[in-house]
Amino acid sequence: MSTNQTRPLFDPPIVRRAVRDSFAKLSPRHQLRNPVMFTVFVGSILTTILFGQSLLGPNSTSGGESPAFVGGIAAWLWFTVLFANFAEAMAEGRGKAQADSLRQSRRDVTAKQLREPRRDAVTQSVDASKLRQGDLVLVEAGDTIPADGEVIEGIATVNESAITGESAPVIRESGGDRSSVTGGTVVLSDWLIVRVSSDPGSSFLDRMISLVEGAKRQKTPNEIALDILLAAMTIVFLAACATLIPMSSYSATIAGRGAPVTLTIVVALLVCLIPTTIGGLLSAIGIAGMDRMIQANVIAVSGRAVEAAGDVDVLLLDKTGTITLGNRQAVEFIPAAGVKIEQLADAAQLSSLADETPEGRSIVVLAKEKYGLRGRDLQAQQAEFIPFTAQTRMSGVDVGGRQVRKGAAEAVETYVRERGGDFPATLRTEVERIAKQGGTPLVVSEGNRPLGVVYLKDIVKGGIRERFAQLRKMGIKTVMITGDNPLTAAAIAAEAGVDDFLAQATPEAKLKMIRDYQAGGRLVAMTGDGTNDSPALAQADVAVAMNSGTQAAKEAGNMVDLDSNPTKLIEIVEIGKQLLMTRGSLTTFSIANDVSKYFAVIPAAFAATYPELEVLNIMGLATPTSAVMSAVIFNALIIVLLIPLALRGVKYRSTGAAVALRDNLLVYGLGGLLVPFVGIKLVDLALVALHLT
Amino acid sequence: MNAAWIEVGLFFAVLLALVKPLGHYMALVYEGKPCGLNRVLGPVERGLYRLAGVRQDEEMTWKQYTVGLLLFNLLGVLVVFGLQRFQSLLPLNPQQLGDTTADLAFNTAVSFATNTNWQAYSGESTLSYLTQMLGLTVQNFLSAATGMAVLAALARGLVRRRVETIGNFWVDLVRSTLYILLPLSIVLALLLVSQGVVQTFGPAVETTLLDPTTDATGSAVATQTIPLGPAASQIAIKQLGTNGGGFFGVNSAHPLENATPLSNFLQVLAILLIPAAFCYTYGKLVGDVRQGWALLATMLLVFVPLVGLCIAAEQNGNPRLAELGVDQTASSQQSGGNMEGKEVRHGIAASALWAAVTTAASNGSVNAMHDSFTPLGGLVPMWLMQLGEVIFGGVGSGLYGLLIFALLAVFIAGLMVGRTPEYLGKKIESYEMKLAALVILIPPLVVLGGTALAVAVDAGRATVSNPGPHGFSQVLYALSSAGNNNGSAFAGLGVNNVFYNSLLGAAMLISRYWLIVPVLAIAGSLARKQTTPAGAGTLPTHTPLFIGLTAAMVLLVGALTFVPALALGPIVEHLQLIAK
Repeated sequence: MSTNQTRPLFDPPIVRRAVRDSFAKLSPRHQLRNPVMFTVFVGSILTTILFGQSLLGPNSTSGGESPAFVGGIAAWLWFTVLFANFAEAMAEGRGKAQADSLRQSRRDVTAKQLREPRRDAVTQSVDASKLRQGDLVLVEAGDTIPADGEVIEGIATVNESAITGESAPVIRESGGDRSSVTGGTVVLSDWLIVRVSSDPGSSFLDRMISLVEGAKRQKTPNEIALDILLAAMTIVFLAACATLIPMSSYSATIAGRGAPVTLTIVVALLVCLIPTTIGGLLSAIGIAGMDRMIQANVIAVSGRAVEAAGDVDVLLLDKTGTITLGNRQAVEFIPAAGVKIEQLADAAQLSSLADETPEGRSIVVLAKEKYGLRGRDLQAQQAEFIPFTAQTRMSGVDVGGRQVRKGAAEAVETYVRERGGDFPATLRTEVERIAKQGGTPLVVSEGNRPLGVVYLKDIVKGGIRERFAQLRKMGIKTVMITGDNPLTAAAIAAEAGVDDFLAQATPEAKLKMIRDYQAGGRLVAMTGDGTNDSPALAQADVAVAMNSGTQAAKEAGNMVDLDSNPTKLIEIVEIGKQLLMTRGSLTTFSIANDVSKYFAVIPAAFAATYPELEVLNIMGLATPTSAVMSAVIFNALIIVLLIPLALRGVKYRSTGAAVALRDNLLVYGLGGLLVPFVGIKLVDLALVALHLT
Repeated sequence: MNAAWIEVGLFFAVLLALVKPLGHYMALVYEGKPCGLNRVLGPVERGLYRLAGVRQDEEMTWKQYTVGLLLFNLLGVLVVFGLQRFQSLLPLNPQQLGDTTADLAFNTAVSFATNTNWQAYSGESTLSYLTQMLGLTVQNFLSAATGMAVLAALARGLVRRRVETIGNFWVDLVRSTLYILLPLSIVLALLLVSQGVVQTFGPAVETTLLDPTTDATGSAVATQTIPLGPAASQIAIKQLGTNGGGFFGVNSAHPLENATPLSNFLQVLAILLIPAAFCYTYGKLVGDVRQGWALLATMLLVFVPLVGLCIAAEQNGNPRLAELGVDQTASSQQSGGNMEGKEVRHGIAASALWAAVTTAASNGSVNAMHDSFTPLGGLVPMWLMQLGEVIFGGVGSGLYGLLIFALLAVFIAGLMVGRTPEYLGKKIESYEMKLAALVILIPPLVVLGGTALAVAVDAGRATVSNPGPHGFSQVLYALSSAGNNNGSAFAGLGVNNVFYNSLLGAAMLISRYWLIVPVLAIAGSLARKQTTPAGAGTLPTHTPLFIGLTAAMVLLVGALTFVPALALGPIVEHLQLIAK
């Protein structure tokens, strides 16, 4: 899937397929989904019939118009419909290409079904498509996992690149938060016993294929509301244009010259006025929004969720991994009274040499960088490594008679006192100071003598503060969730620049917090991976489950992040906003376009009855027929010209609402007002140059 | 000329100065807080509730509210219809006028119940004093109060959270009438009487002409019958309630209905007084007066340039007359400009200002004949009506109409800032859009459809009195007026016949109630919603940018819908006038 991210907007295979699809989409049933384009569709049929009539010679309905003119209008109206179809097909095309590659990984797989959940139980070869929820299967190295499920026994490395695009294998094991496996992924080593969790056709891969393909795409709430507005405008313009026939007929009678406006002109005017630009691009915008989400490696369960992302007021972010780097790092050695700092650094390093945790490694690094202490080979010195346990809350090393320990202050204090040592009060003050600053103090001791404190600090990710400032400007509140105590949490919150924090967070506290925000009318977004996150994920308005997380978490969320990157939430919000902005901007553009079209069509339509109206032809279009023709052609071409914008979305910057409105109004409102004046004139000049008038 | 601009300037200054005090007072009334008149009117109010069996604290859902409103208005139509059909048998009919025809009675009854006050009849020669007072004047109060009640309900819908109810229609109706319309009317009526506007139950007076003349048949005429009646009281509420139905046929152009420059100033002020002040009231009711000022600014942004255009067009006069060497410039000797159809005592500015004011508000009273305006001068009042009567508009109804346009602006602007649109913290979703679309759709459909029908059938064409595009303008104007519940007439078009009485009557009915019902439904739906607190990501709806956007929305929908029709009427007429 990651290969698609570099795919250009107009990829030739996609374009070819889209051109084919634009004709397939001419079916009335498909057109009926979109009231604006359906009106154009009917207009095309009508003018085609008029064209047929005009070929038979001048008659009452054609109003003596030349077959070339009526035919030209009919042709361009068909183009208008086709261009809109093309836009939609282009948007779908990208998804379809991705769906095809996904389908490849759903090749027929034969599963080894187990009677009992034991490795040595009898297996039976079954077609993967026959597997039902609750069935047990054995998957061994080299096998493709036949269906979504939960690992109930075993541990294995799995290649999930078919789904995530990430080629590095991941570990899947029973129990814990890494127990879910996805059908279509491949086991690289070892074996797993999997309990199938989805029936055929409803697997994650199936859902993903139908999503990227847009097969079961339903209109989102906001799209429906916009559709209603566009339909209403279509009806108003239908009334404005249809009533022109009796009105102009009456005018011709009282003026004593001219003829009623012809049906061809009425249809042409109608198509120019109804919001075809946004009407034609609306579904493409929606599909492209989903597509952008997929390209960010996020699978949204529905378009509704993508839309809701734009409305989010509160982001709940896990501290670890999102705000801070996943692990703490040693930043300072603070020796106890009478201890040299080198001595402390040396002991600290010694105790950490065998400690493979990131914290331990960071101590080694700090000692090396600050005091030039090189790593030593513990094996050679026959050292005995004492690992960390939840009971002792210490780790350390026994080497050459030295007993070096490091750990939580209380644990080390107990350890030292048991051995008749003393824990100085100044050291305790230091410990408290570090905790207050949001750090983690690790006390290092040798024998019964405390040497000092190592300051482990949560490292706030670079640039995250600026990111939060941007979010604040966009009106989004950030809340940090952490298991730390309130003191530590407050310090990190202040450093990272989040608006609020929830310390010593339990699943219940998280859930309550979300409910409280929602009761205040806010929309809450969060990420989660563990099963205990599920209730909160289910409650949140936008819930992004990590793909590395449990099946329960994925079921509870309404999006799955394949990269399992908690910072992605910010990107998701931006994609949601961009989707709505694109719709709004193109609607404004479409409506603003109408002004110029009046100046083109009105003088032309009534030229025979009231030649005085020529004054309104401020664009100086050559003839009445070229004026109407130019307006219709411009109206069709602008759809094609705006396809890239519809697919890419309007440029998004994180600014406040007032600024965003001003900028977009200037570009799409004022631009929409002026651009067609130029465009229609250019088309007119081209028509004249080609002697098509 | 300068005097004209001073008059217009003074008008706006006085109007704006009154917005805050009156708006504040009205907010107190709708919030049920003591407003200063409770000692006097409180017992009357409570008496009315007891009489009608209404419990003051009983809240209604939007459906109950709507049903109450519709039944009450239906009752109003039936009463006015009955009074006209049986007026010859009823008292207070000194001129012994006969019963009106069924189609006229229907048209007039609908016209007054819908706050349109389209007059297909000539008051003094058709309707008895009883019909005027008990029928028309009563409806002048109640139809205005109906519109005001709907706005109060909509404001409640916007501020309430997660409730089903939007207030009590009977209480809103009674309070609007008793505390707002009645006291203001009494004050205005007294001021008008002081200027010479008549107020009497006496019959018409016979006077001897100072300058005897001959009638059409050539026989000598030495006496004149001058109709009188309880005019001042009706005129006060006709202006304050944006009704517009005059006591006399020629409305406020009649010297006994509008006697002096001061009475003219007071009347034109009274037209916009409540619609303007309501903006402030609305701001108070939704807890953010900036919202109210923003809506008032939106109205002024559209209105002031159009007033300027109308005055300028009329002051410039007729180029064809100028070609003939007629001096139409203003000087100390003459007002100049196009004086056809205008009263000399009012002059150009006061007439053009009135024309714009009366059509901006859905008032429709006239002090000059709009039919005789220059094409551009006549275009202004016509277009002001076609904008949907939301620039000031009717009392209550204008503001709720503008709020619907604001919702549309919010919807599009909301999308442009990347959020589900929300207004005052309420999310605007497909249900609201559906209803808002109805509100925006109905008037253009009625106006355009009605005009097309009228010019397509013989019955509609028959009574057009002018040739050329002006004849078309007459029909378009009449439908614009009825289809937007304004009631002003271009004159010239013969409308007291079965065809126009029925067509315009239907237009008035549809435009009034097909708008009120969706507006109340929106109020109900918004009241049920949760309110989202405002933040930096929320679209502010009180900024100049948003004011401009809402105004653009009103203008664009108005212009885009009516430009083709206008092109065949006043626009081409203007171009023909200036051609050569």
